[in-house]
Amino acid sequence: MPKPESCRFAQTHEWIAPENGAAAVGLSDHAQKEITDVVFVDAPKPGRKVKRGESCGVVESVKAAFDLYAPVSGEVVAANEALATDPGLINKDPHGEGWIFKIKPDSAAEMDALMDYPHYLEHLKSAAAHDAH
Amino acid sequence: MPPAVSLLKRTALYSRHRSLGARLVDFHGWELPLQYEGILKEHEAVRTRAGIFDVSHMGQFEISGPGALGFLQKTNTNDVAKLSPGQALYSHLPNEKGGVVDDVIVSCLAPGRYFMVVNAATREKDLAWLSAKAAGLDARLNDRSDFYSMIALQGPAAAEIAEGDYPQAAALPRFGALETEVLGAPSLITRTGYTGEDGFEFIAPHDVAEKLWDRFLSRGAAPCGLGARDTLRLEAGLLLYGQDIDDEHTSVEAGYGWVVKPGKGDFLGRAVLERQLREGVSRRLRGVKLLEGGVPRPGCEVFLGDRAIGTFTSATYSPSLRAGLGTAYLVPPDLPAGTRVSVAVHGRRIPAEIAPTPFYRRQGAKNAKA
Repeated sequence: MPKPESCRFAQTHEWIAPENGAAAVGLSDHAQKEITDVVFVDAPKPGRKVKRGESCGVVESVKAAFDLYAPVSGEVVAANEALATDPGLINKDPHGEGWIFKIKPDSAAEMDALMDYPHYLEHLKSAAAHDAH
Repeated sequence: MPPAVSLLKRTALYSRHRSLGARLVDFHGWELPLQYEGILKEHEAVRTRAGIFDVSHMGQFEISGPGALGFLQKTNTNDVAKLSPGQALYSHLPNEKGGVVDDVIVSCLAPGRYFMVVNAATREKDLAWLSAKAAGLDARLNDRSDFYSMIALQGPAAAEIAEGDYPQAAALPRFGALETEVLGAPSLITRTGYTGEDGFEFIAPHDVAEKLWDRFLSRGAAPCGLGARDTLRLEAGLLLYGQDIDDEHTSVEAGYGWVVKPGKGDFLGRAVLERQLREGVSRRLRGVKLLEGGVPRPGCEVFLGDRAIGTFTSATYSPSLRAGLGTAYLVPPDLPAGTRVSVAVHGRRIPAEIAPTPFYRRQGAKNAKA
């Protein structure tokens, strides 16, 4: 499974990594720490067409629900069924066993427009600085 | 930008929470830990071993004088007269309509001397309410909330942890209350809690709070926050004031008819409550458990077929049952347990059923109702 360095990131903290013509999507390590213990995941079903930025699922902790957004437009081709029995995989291995769904992107351009890992880390820093004020 | 002035109140254990890496939240004006390591781990610690909670935000009143008992009988649904020194009970403070002003624990320290623990958010309201009701009765009401810290030690290993330093506490029966010294300071220990497990609440002056906290930690208790406190109490069928009960809902409607003792003599709201006990209620707080994945929240609606029959007052994911569950005032009030219903969560209808409360009962627990 993809290391953060080989992923692209959305501002809403999803990572996406190309994989045999499709791309895997999950939540960043930063996001899983913010969410804390994940107890339920409602991932988009295979066959569903989503637009970039569309709310397409929900990740729930004991205390709160977090929307999952499609980082690119395309068709969902797989959902991680292991999360049904062990949603905590998102906490334990956010970039690995905790992947959430796979998507066939409509275009490569949307993917290129997302942040690479160093930019995502910068984004987190500036967001944290913003919160502190 | 100038630094924001924090208006939140902090407990004597604030620096402990910081150094333990707690995630702090605003809880009714208090800056308190939501969690340390994580809600699931803390929940499990209390169900299987022991946890400690800083509940210093809660209020403490001393009530004394020749008229103290009469005053408490008038302002409580439960029968305070049956308390001997060293005993405590859970009770509701009713208003004239039978609604609940607060839910409290009353301890009898000595004849004519009582101690009441009240909720943080209702402390001022309770004080005003009780002061007004004490008029003409020979009873003194003293708000001691600013003097005491409060630490709850909860879980199957709580007695073992308490026993080392406080063998008399470990010998207390359930709902026993003991005035004693804690680290040299005059304190109250009660065998009570808000988790559905065995446990104690230590009410001690602020200057010994850190030392007491550290001692429990060193004996293996896990620090636990408000997050786990909420999942534990909801599983155990315990009410959260302001969510599950309030001035507009009565003890009987909340399914707590057992704290209403019409036989003890007159008290506020007695006529309404006695009638509800006799004739039944049109709505009742019921347990609802989801049969498929999903996490319900307060405000989610419950449906019987296509008809909305109530709204969750409390709801969460239950770590012990590994399912979403909650409580809602339902109309009709008396659907049998097992009745199929559904719950609207994020626009989905999730199959659910009416479930008996408490959802969770500890092994070997006797019925604690009295």
